[in-house]
Amino acid sequence: MLVPEAVLDRAHEDVHKTQPWNNPDAVPFIRFENVTKKFGDFYAVDDVSLDIYRHELFALLGGSGCGKTTLLRMLAGFEEPTSGKIYIDGVDMAGVPPYERPTNMMFQSYALFPHMNVEQNVAFGLLQDGVSRSETKQLVADMLALVQMSKFAKRKPHQLSGGQRQRVALARSLVKRPKVLLLDEPLGALDKKLREQTQFELVNIQEKVGTTFVMVTHDQEEAMTMASRIAVMNEGVINQTGTPFELYEYPNSRYTANFLGQVNLVEGVLIDDDEKYAVIKSDEGGCEIYIDHAVQGHRGMTFWAALRPERLRLTKEPPENIKYNCVSGKVEEIGYLGGISTYHVRLASGKRIKVTEPNSTRQIEPRYTWEDPVWVSWEAGAASVLNK
Amino acid sequence: MSGKRSTFLLSALVFGFAFLYVPILLVMIYSFNEGKLVTVWTGFSTKWYVSLFSNDGMIDAAWNSLRIGVMSATLALALGTPAGLVMSRFGRFKGRTLFSGMIAAPLVMPEVITGLSLLLLFVTLEQMVGWPAGRGISTITIAHTTFCAAYVAVVVQSRLSGMDTSVEEAAMDLGAKPAKIFFVITLPMILPALLAGWLLSFTLSLDDLVIASFVAGPGSTTLPMKVFSSVRLGVSPEINALATLIILAVSAMILISSLLILRSERNRSRASSTEEA
Repeated sequence: MLVPEAVLDRAHEDVHKTQPWNNPDAVPFIRFENVTKKFGDFYAVDDVSLDIYRHELFALLGGSGCGKTTLLRMLAGFEEPTSGKIYIDGVDMAGVPPYERPTNMMFQSYALFPHMNVEQNVAFGLLQDGVSRSETKQLVADMLALVQMSKFAKRKPHQLSGGQRQRVALARSLVKRPKVLLLDEPLGALDKKLREQTQFELVNIQEKVGTTFVMVTHDQEEAMTMASRIAVMNEGVINQTGTPFELYEYPNSRYTANFLGQVNLVEGVLIDDDEKYAVIKSDEGGCEIYIDHAVQGHRGMTFWAALRPERLRLTKEPPENIKYNCVSGKVEEIGYLGGISTYHVRLASGKRIKVTEPNSTRQIEPRYTWEDPVWVSWEAGAASVLNK
Repeated sequence: MSGKRSTFLLSALVFGFAFLYVPILLVMIYSFNEGKLVTVWTGFSTKWYVSLFSNDGMIDAAWNSLRIGVMSATLALALGTPAGLVMSRFGRFKGRTLFSGMIAAPLVMPEVITGLSLLLLFVTLEQMVGWPAGRGISTITIAHTTFCAAYVAVVVQSRLSGMDTSVEEAAMDLGAKPAKIFFVITLPMILPALLAGWLLSFTLSLDDLVIASFVAGPGSTTLPMKVFSSVRLGVSPEINALATLIILAVSAMILISSLLILRSERNRSRASSTEEA
C-alpha cells in the first residue's frame, strides 16, 4: 500500500457518515460486479467492480474511449453487460429496460425534444408514469424554479442558450426523483466561464435534492471540483478510485498522477530502505531522492518519483543541505501567467522538470530569465513513489 | 464577393438559364396565343384555357391523375417510412446491404422494365387469384406506390440519420416505451421529411407516363397519357395552356417541399450548433 497508514486510520464515527466508502459496514447503493462489455472483439469495459454509495457525487474520469460512457450507459440500460452484474439499491438490473430503471440521464447533447417547449420537456417523464396533470404542473413548476428557468417555461429549445438548455435537461432528468442521476459530460457543451459557475450550482442542487449522482467527464478539474469520489479509468479498466485529495496526493500509478494535475515523473532505483525512510537514486533526475516513509519493495527495484510542479522550489544559489532532493539545471522556458510563473528547467541528464512558483510579491523585474543556472529542490515528503 | 464579376461567368450563367427555361417560357407565352397554329403569334387571348376546361376528356384524365397521385403518395408514405426507419435505426443486421440496395433499386430501374414487370405481375395475379380484376386506377396506384415508396424511404432515412439518437434515448430513459417514442418523439421530428416525401411522390406520380401506360386499363387514362396521345394527333394550343398550368402547380409544390426541408434543416442546425460546440 502506497497510501500512508495515517491517512487510512482516520476512520471514525463522523467519517463513516460522510465517507461511507471508508465504512466496512456501509451497503453500496450501486454495485458493479466484474462487469465486462465487449463490442465485437473490443473490450470497452474490462472486468470492472465498483461500489458507489447513496448521496455520492461520483465521477468517472478518463480520456476518450476509456469506457466511462459505456459504464454509464450500462447503468442507464442502453447497453447490457456482456458479463457481470449491476445492482442498483440491491436490485439486479439484468434485463431491465431503460424505461423501467430507477435512473434518469442527462445527455451530453442535452437531447431536449425540439418540438416541445421547456415545460412539456420537463413534464414528459412524469406523464409517462401516469402522474396526474395537476400534480405534474406543480412538480414541473417547482423543478423549473430550482434551476431558475421559470421565466422560459414556454420557450422551445432552439430559443434557449446553451446554459439554459443545460438547466432544462437537468430539470427534466431530476423531476422524476430518480434514485440515481446519470450525467454524461454535463458541462461539456458550455464555455469555460459558464462551466466553472455551473459546476458549483450543480453541486448545490445535488446537495438540495440528495440524489446520488454519477457523472462522466474527461475534465479532471471538473471532476475534482464536483465529485465526492473519482474513478480514474483507462482502457476499460478502473485505475484508481478515491477522493480528489487521495488521488492527487497519493496516486497509485503514473497514469493517475499524470491525469490529475501536472507532475514530473523521475525514474530511479531503490538503493536504501528502512522502516522510516527510503532513498531512490535517479540518473534521470541526477540526484538521490529521500522519501520520509517506507517503500514496499527491495533494493534495486525501479520506482518513479512523482513531483508536483508547485511543490518544487527554485533557487539561484544551491540550498544548504544538498545531499538529497536537489538538482541543478538551466531555465529553458518561462510561462508568466500573472498569479504564477511556470519554468521548464533542463537538467544535466537532458530531462525537463516543470516548476511553478507563485508570484506572491511584486518584483521590479522577472526573477529568472532564460539560460539562468538554477537549483531545483523539494521537501522530503513532497515526492510520492510509484511502482507502475 | 463585391465589385465586378467576370463577364464570362455572367454570360455562362445567362446562357445556362436560357437553355433551361426559354422553352418553358415560350410554352407559357404561346398558351396565350390567339391563333390555332402553335408557332405563329397572332394576338393575346385566354380562349385556350376556356376550351381546355370544357374538354371533358382532359378534365377526366386530370381527375384520374390527381386521385392516383394522392393515393399512391399516401401509400408510399406508409410503406417508405418504416423502410427508412429500419435502414437508419436498426443498426447492422443480416442482409442490411441487400435490403437497402433493394429499396433504392426502383430509383434507378428503367421505367420500361418496371412497367413491364408490373404488368406481368398483375396479369399473373389476375389469372391466379382473380385480383386485381382488370387494369385501371388501382393497378396504376400500386405501380406508382412501388417506386414512390423508394423515394420516401430515402428521404426519411437521410432525415433520421441526421437526427441525434440521444433524443429517442432520452424519451426511453424518461419512461416511454419504444412504440410510444415513435409516435410522440420520432414522428413529429421527421414530419417535414414526411411532408416533403409525400409531395415528391405526388409530383412523381403526376408526371409518370411510361409505367402508367403499361398498367393502365380502359377508363383510367392519366393526364400525361392523354397529353401524349393528343400530341400525336397534332399539337393543339390547348396543350400549351395545360402545360402552363402543370408547370405552375409543380413549381409551387417543389417550392413548398424545399422550403419545408430548408426550415427543418435550419431548426436542426440551430438546435445542434451549441450542442456540438
